[in-house]
Amino acid sequence: MGDHHHGPAKGLTRWMFTTNHKDIGTMYLWFSFAMFILGGAFAMIIRAELFQPGMQLIEPAFFNQMTTMHGLVMVFGAIMPAFVGLANWMIPMMIGAPDMALPRMNNWSFWILPPAFLLLASTLFMEGGAPAFGWTFYAPLSTTYAPPSVTYFIFSIHVLGLSSIMGSINIIATVMNMRAPGMTYMKMPLFVWTWLITAFLLVAVMPVLAGAVTMMLMDIHFGTSFFSAAGGGDPVLFQHIFWFFGHPEVYIIILPAFGVVSQIIPAFSRKPLFGYASMVYATAAIAFLSFVVWAHHMYTVGMPIAGELFFMYATMLIAVPTGVKVFNWITTMWRGALSFETPMLFCIGFLVLFTIGGFTGLMLSIAPADFQYHDSYFVVAHFHYVMVAGAVFSMTAAVYFWLPKWCGKMYNETMGKTHFWISFIGFNLAFFPQHFVGLAGMPRRIPDYALQFADFNMMSSIGAFIYGASQIMFLYNVIATIVAGKPTSDEKVWDGAEGLEWTVATPAPYHTFEVPPAVK
Amino acid sequence: MFRVSSNPSVDTSIKLVGVAIGMFAFVFVVMVPLYDVLCDALGINGKTSGEAYTSVQAGVDESREITIQFVATNNDGMPWEFRPDTNIMKVHPGGVNDTVFFAHNPLPDAMVAQAIPSVAPSRAAQYFHKTECFCFNQQPLEGKGSADMPLQFIVDRDLPSDIKTITLSYTIFDVTDMAASGALAAR
Repeated sequence: MGDHHHGPAKGLTRWMFTTNHKDIGTMYLWFSFAMFILGGAFAMIIRAELFQPGMQLIEPAFFNQMTTMHGLVMVFGAIMPAFVGLANWMIPMMIGAPDMALPRMNNWSFWILPPAFLLLASTLFMEGGAPAFGWTFYAPLSTTYAPPSVTYFIFSIHVLGLSSIMGSINIIATVMNMRAPGMTYMKMPLFVWTWLITAFLLVAVMPVLAGAVTMMLMDIHFGTSFFSAAGGGDPVLFQHIFWFFGHPEVYIIILPAFGVVSQIIPAFSRKPLFGYASMVYATAAIAFLSFVVWAHHMYTVGMPIAGELFFMYATMLIAVPTGVKVFNWITTMWRGALSFETPMLFCIGFLVLFTIGGFTGLMLSIAPADFQYHDSYFVVAHFHYVMVAGAVFSMTAAVYFWLPKWCGKMYNETMGKTHFWISFIGFNLAFFPQHFVGLAGMPRRIPDYALQFADFNMMSSIGAFIYGASQIMFLYNVIATIVAGKPTSDEKVWDGAEGLEWTVATPAPYHTFEVPPAVK
Repeated sequence: MFRVSSNPSVDTSIKLVGVAIGMFAFVFVVMVPLYDVLCDALGINGKTSGEAYTSVQAGVDESREITIQFVATNNDGMPWEFRPDTNIMKVHPGGVNDTVFFAHNPLPDAMVAQAIPSVAPSRAAQYFHKTECFCFNQQPLEGKGSADMPLQFIVDRDLPSDIKTITLSYTIFDVTDMAASGALAAR
């Protein structure tokens, strides 16, 4: 094993061969931010085209490639790796473990990710263009009518799925086997709990996604007919398989966000989290229910009424554990000694906006009403409220919260707060009007629209540009902190923060908890 | 508990790899067949049985008259002329009815087609029995050839009373390439 107290190796090989959970976490975070910028650039192109009615800047075919690539890059490239990076950094430090359970596999699960996205991005330059069938890649759009680049897309999904599965196995093995003595399951920080459950979801459903794209591959190249009616298959089968993966995927994205918020709100309320046990059970309940609600994404395919009703009631049931969580966060703040630093602002923003997204989700869950909302901009508004204001806001909060611990320097608080308010205003300006145009009948995934939607779309585009620009400020603030932030050596950077990660030195040493801490 | 390795982390990981492989297999060996079985059994998605129905002697229900509408659609790029001889039939539940669909291949080359049925409302699918149907088999046609393709069906006497009209839709697909490679599943 050699010297236990050596520092990181020097140069590029440090990053290529590293098995250190902090190095790998850092690489995940930077990679996901790069993907966030790439997916954001696609979104800017979409919003620029939609700034005015009529065809302005790009061809409809390219517009379709943009919506598809925006969704794929943001879901699989930005949000998921960002939370995996956070898990790598924080889980060993939160449970008092020296590293992840399988450090070499950890290196692999990161390093196969950049090639997967290079492959996906390269399709933009291929003949026939990038995938243009939406991030949900419904057959036969993604089989019979797909561009030739679809095969690269399939391989890319295989590789990034493998990366997710390896990362999840590592997290489960770490949490189950490497907790410090005395750290029982019900003493684990909630971020660890939500990630443990998320990792189980990933191991269960990423293979289903791999199965779906494998069937596409076989239909396209090997003459099978899984999704082709001519050969006895059924395109609707694709939607069932996709959403059997896709609905748990939604919770894979949001559960770690719940964990982050459950760490940060108590710290700035200077009170323990209200209802810890109910938070754990609510997370498990949401994860379980996520497996029995998938067909609410496809109410309009012609299901029997019993099916519509089952999926409608099961979906509505999810509002109960989610409501428990929102209640607990608010009750944690109740009569707390609140202060409003940037991480707390993003968490409160999360709480307000995610709840709005939850309510529009309830509206969409009502099967008879969904026939009107289906595939409209209302759906786009709904899932951006839960994906952006839910996952991305909480991720941003996490970076501001733990950045001082990671690099031993404080970020610029004024710039952080400015980032929050510009993000908050830009986000709402971008997505709130989409509720209205959606209810008025504007379909999603179109490059042109009827004149009566023009004003709201212009507002939406301006908001999107503001939100996009505010991320540059975020990037600047993070780099400025790392390069020239005000040094801090307080172990507890935030006076209200609790947990093992706040007992190690600041900045966090390369190796922590080589001797397990005692947990009371 | 059952252990595969003495290192607990490796043990956990091997079990989880097993779960992942199991879920991958689950898609192919459970989800796909189960979907077909459920659709057949419950008549979901307007799927009708792919096999000929053996009629039972139950008599004709003269008290009800059901309107049957026939729809013929060409799948994308299919050049055949394809239409029902009769667009609408009035039938009694329990009675045996015959009709014919006409197909013509306007191209000089021989082609093979496959018709895929769908019934609306989908609730009626399980009460719509075909004793003879051109959709059970592929339909080859010589270049410039034509054919009258027979359909014989019985509407079940148990058809719910609120269903007054049943639409039977056929979409015809060009399966010449599939038939040549022998990759076509039986329908």
